[in-house]
This record gives sequence, C-alpha cells and structure tokens, in this order.
Amino acid sequence: MTSIFLYSMAGLALLISFFKDQEKSKMSLKIAWNQFVKLLPSVISIMLFIGITLAVLDNEVISKIIGDQSGILGVLIALVLGSVTLIPSFVAFPLGGALLNAGAGYPQVAALVSTVMAVGIVTLPTEMKYFTKSLAVKRNVAAFIICIIFTITIGVIM
Amino acid sequence: MIKIVKSYKWGIIFLLVMVGLYLYNQSLGIEAMSISLLNFKEMLLLVPPIFILMGLMEVWVPKETLTKYMGEGSGLKGLFIAFVLGTAAAGPLYIAFPIGVMLLKKGARLSNVLFFLGVWSTTKLPVLLFEVASFGLEFTLIHIGISLPLYLISAVLIERIENRNVTKLLNQDAAEKGV
Repeated sequence: MTSIFLYSMAGLALLISFFKDQEKSKMSLKIAWNQFVKLLPSVISIMLFIGITLAVLDNEVISKIIGDQSGILGVLIALVLGSVTLIPSFVAFPLGGALLNAGAGYPQVAALVSTVMAVGIVTLPTEMKYFTKSLAVKRNVAAFIICIIFTITIGVIM
Repeated sequence: MIKIVKSYKWGIIFLLVMVGLYLYNQSLGIEAMSISLLNFKEMLLLVPPIFILMGLMEVWVPKETLTKYMGEGSGLKGLFIAFVLGTAAAGPLYIAFPIGVMLLKKGARLSNVLFFLGVWSTTKLPVLLFEVASFGLEFTLIHIGISLPLYLISAVLIERIENRNVTKLLNQDAAEKGV
C-alpha cells in the first residue's frame, strides 16, 4: 500500500519534472542513484546482520527473555535489545503483539518498540558518515533517554 | 576494486558468518538468509521512490526557498514542515539520514533537521496505523504525546550544544563527497 503510493507519487513528480525540464530531471535521477549506491553497502550489511540475529533469537527465545514476569530486568533487556538491533517495523510490531499475548507487560513492549525505531547502534557508523560523530552520538543518546521516559510513562499509566 | 571490497567489508563478513551458520545448522542458515532477503525486498519497495523524490527536491527547490521555510528564523513554519516531512515518511530511520543532510545543505536549521529525524522515528504514518492496530490507541497516543515534545526539546538543546559551525562543516563535507 505505502509502496504503491510512494511509487505513484515519485512517478507523477518525475513525469511533471520531465515535461518542464529534461536536463534537470536527469540530474535529479543521477543524484538519487548516487545516494542509493552510497547507502547500499550499509544497507546490505545491516540486512545480513538482522537476518543472523533474528534467526538465532527467534520469537520464542525473545519471549522467554522479555516475556511474562521478566519485570524490570525484562524492561532493561528490551531497551538494550531494541537499541542494538534494528528490527524492521513489520517484524517488530507482530513480535510486540506476540509478546503481549505471551503475557509480557506493556512496558517491555514499549521499551522494545520505541528503541527499535529511534535508536540504532548497528546503524551508528552509517549515521556518523552522514552527520558527523558528535551529532550522531548526541542524537542517539537523546533518543535513548526519550525512549526510557516513554517506557516509564507506559508503566505508570497502563 | 579494492575500494568496492572495502566499502562492502561488513557485508562480506556477515555473509561469511551466515555461511558458517548454515554449515553449523542448515535450517538456521536458511532462515537467516530468508529474513535478510525479506528485509531487502521491503527496502526495495520503499527506498527508490523516496530517493527519486529527494533528487527532485534537490534540483527543483532553490536554496533560498528552503532556507526561508526551514532555516534560521523560520520558526513554527519550519517545525511544521519538518513534522510533515517526517510523518509522510516510510521506512527505517537510516533512509532519513541522506534526506536530513540534503536539508542541511539547502540551508535548513539544525534543530529542524533533528526534529525531522525525531518525527520520522515516532509518527511515520504507515507505522502509526500498524501501531494502533497492534497495541491500541491509548499506547500510540502516549507514544506520540511523550516523544514529540521531548524530541523537539532535545533538537533545540543539541543545536545549542553543538558548535554552530557544525552546519557549515557539514555543508563543506557534503559538497566534497558530492552528496
């Protein structure tokens, strides 16, 4: 769904651009291609890493670690696990749902889901290449603190 | 050639690990590979159109315009645009890195770019719907309600701490690399 929408948007925009100025449009495609080639090595290593991690740590193992009655320790592990790994959202959400069904608390799930999306140790080298080391580290530290605050709030309210 | 091998160093290492995993336990190795391929497919569904839109933005939006709308003194307008860009997004955060750099290069304020990254990691529209379906509306609203204001505060704080020259450095750096 999202993909169809994005492809139609990009196609339409490109079409209009080509009508207006062919040279500029070619240049924009070249920029897009260069960016893609630049990101590709990081993406491939990240994908392979996720594949290995998720194959070894399948849902059953994860449920055991941060599932039912894992308490504060479970929350801490979920925070670390979510920060290190970069699980795509189409894996993370069903996993979170499965965890809830398996008896995990909302705080564990909140910790995992929020850090998975906002904190990335695995992607940190990539982020540093784009944004300098100091900015990348600061952003991740800030995001980690924000995820902790969110997790605590969920724990208090829900 | 050496340059290519160097940039794919980690990819090659992880591929070897995966082969090792396969030799150790066949089904684990196959599962690892299929998860990677599924991920890769997901990426291919999202990244090309996003990068094409980014390329078009790069050639068609003049620097003066972007500076006016997202630069110093753009105020609430700049924040709003950062919010819209981050919400309309799809895909993992690392896709947002090149976009953020492009915005900086075009004169966007650092705090606006950092807020954009924060929004991208919390309220991407497709993920948001998924989140409501998986964990309920209350959970999702708390997630947004807590995270967004905090990302805004942290964006402003980081901009204050960081030497203002960082933006300048980034611009030069980006120009050299041909970003």
